[in-house]
Amino acid sequence: MTALSALIRRDIRIALRVGGGALIGVLFFLTVVVLMPFAVGPDLALLSRLGPAILWLGALLASLLTLDRLFMADHEDGSLDLITMSRTPLELACAAKALAHWLAAGLPLIVATPVLGLLLNLDMVATGAVALTLLAGTPALTFTGMIGAALAVTLHRGGLLMAVLVLPLSIPVLIFGVAASQAVIVGPMTFGAPFSILCALSLVSLVIGPFAAAASLRHGLD
Amino acid sequence: MTLIDLANPTRFLALTARVLPWLAAATVLLLAIGLYQAALAPDDYQQGATVKIMFIHVPNAWLSMFVWGVMSIASLGTLVWRHPLADVAAKAAAPIGAAFTFLALLTGSLWGRPMWGTYWEWDARLTSVLILFLMYLGLMALWRAVDDPSRAARAAAVLTLVGALNLPIIKFSVDWWNTLHQPASVMRMGGSALDKSFLIPLLVMAVAFTLLFVTLHLAAMRNEILRRRIRSLQMMQASRVAFSNEMGAGSRGQNASKEIGAAG
Repeated sequence: MTALSALIRRDIRIALRVGGGALIGVLFFLTVVVLMPFAVGPDLALLSRLGPAILWLGALLASLLTLDRLFMADHEDGSLDLITMSRTPLELACAAKALAHWLAAGLPLIVATPVLGLLLNLDMVATGAVALTLLAGTPALTFTGMIGAALAVTLHRGGLLMAVLVLPLSIPVLIFGVAASQAVIVGPMTFGAPFSILCALSLVSLVIGPFAAAASLRHGLD
Repeated sequence: MTLIDLANPTRFLALTARVLPWLAAATVLLLAIGLYQAALAPDDYQQGATVKIMFIHVPNAWLSMFVWGVMSIASLGTLVWRHPLADVAAKAAAPIGAAFTFLALLTGSLWGRPMWGTYWEWDARLTSVLILFLMYLGLMALWRAVDDPSRAARAAAVLTLVGALNLPIIKFSVDWWNTLHQPASVMRMGGSALDKSFLIPLLVMAVAFTLLFVTLHLAAMRNEILRRRIRSLQMMQASRVAFSNEMGAGSRGQNASKEIGAAG
């Protein structure tokens, strides 16, 4: 347990200090959202209608951008080999790393959402709904993305290949995240149904992600 | 003859060399029968002659999912049983599956033009098949990203199994998303209401396409085994050349030092 908490603390500290990976994610999120009005025009009504979709897409891309670093830096300096060989089960270590990554890179995105909602002309309730769905949904993005990150590090290929592999798997999260936010803003359906499916997706990925990532690391590193 | 006997590639090559002509002949025969029956099938009272696209479209769609299942079993073979031919099977199946999926999309799109008035509709079925196609392409990209086949095999096996777990979830969520956006679905599924004059040719075509897949898959596996042999021969040759160069350089160096010694 202490090993896992030490791992989480170390990863968060590295993410916040070195290279500022977490804050770059937020900056990227902000930039994507700011770019949108240039693409669709400064029509506030249209922006508030597209708002949840824009915020979700931005968060998806931002979390994808930072996922590349999940195992890569550890692989380069050799600490990934130590983690693999340690007595802590690799599945738990992977889960701890993903949790740390979500705390350092995913949570800031949710904190930034209210400010960005202001830019997109979303009212309080809508912004709250988007932030809540992001809170429930981004763990799923991190934990499924972790599989892609593990594959990328064993193949010594990152970037685009990982994005191609991970993005189709994140479609369900996107569908239910946007649907739950839209349910609050325009209706006609209830918020509960898509939101609980979103939570279920997060829980499922919480189980599948660490096992698949650990299997990929165990078989792939040599 | 169990599965483990086929672990020897030479035995596998010998067996498939004997089986393949029969499989190919059976495929051609069944395809001919199926196409003939499909041509004789009556026109639909609503759709006219375009309903005959169904006899090509449905088998392709069925195989697009079947091939992912085959790859998943092969991936289990790679990760769990470490069967030497499992990764060959998985690698050979991916492009074939992608081709079937693409044909399903293409024929569906051609069928949609006269029926719905558009080549593309964000229908639940079409969308999930499109996502399946993207996943096939991603898997093929993963296979191509690494030179070492056994390394790529394990990574691809993990991704295939994750995909197999995720595909039903994606299918379900796309269905849900579609009913949310389009309450009146354009897709009218015949299902059990399908008349016998359509059902029999369709089943024949489905079996024929499955045989086609088996034939193509075995042939592609043979090619992959031969390709790997060529690769290892080339690597052996390259290392031999490098080794003899090294030896040659070493002996030249010794000669040179002898000469220097003699001169000294």
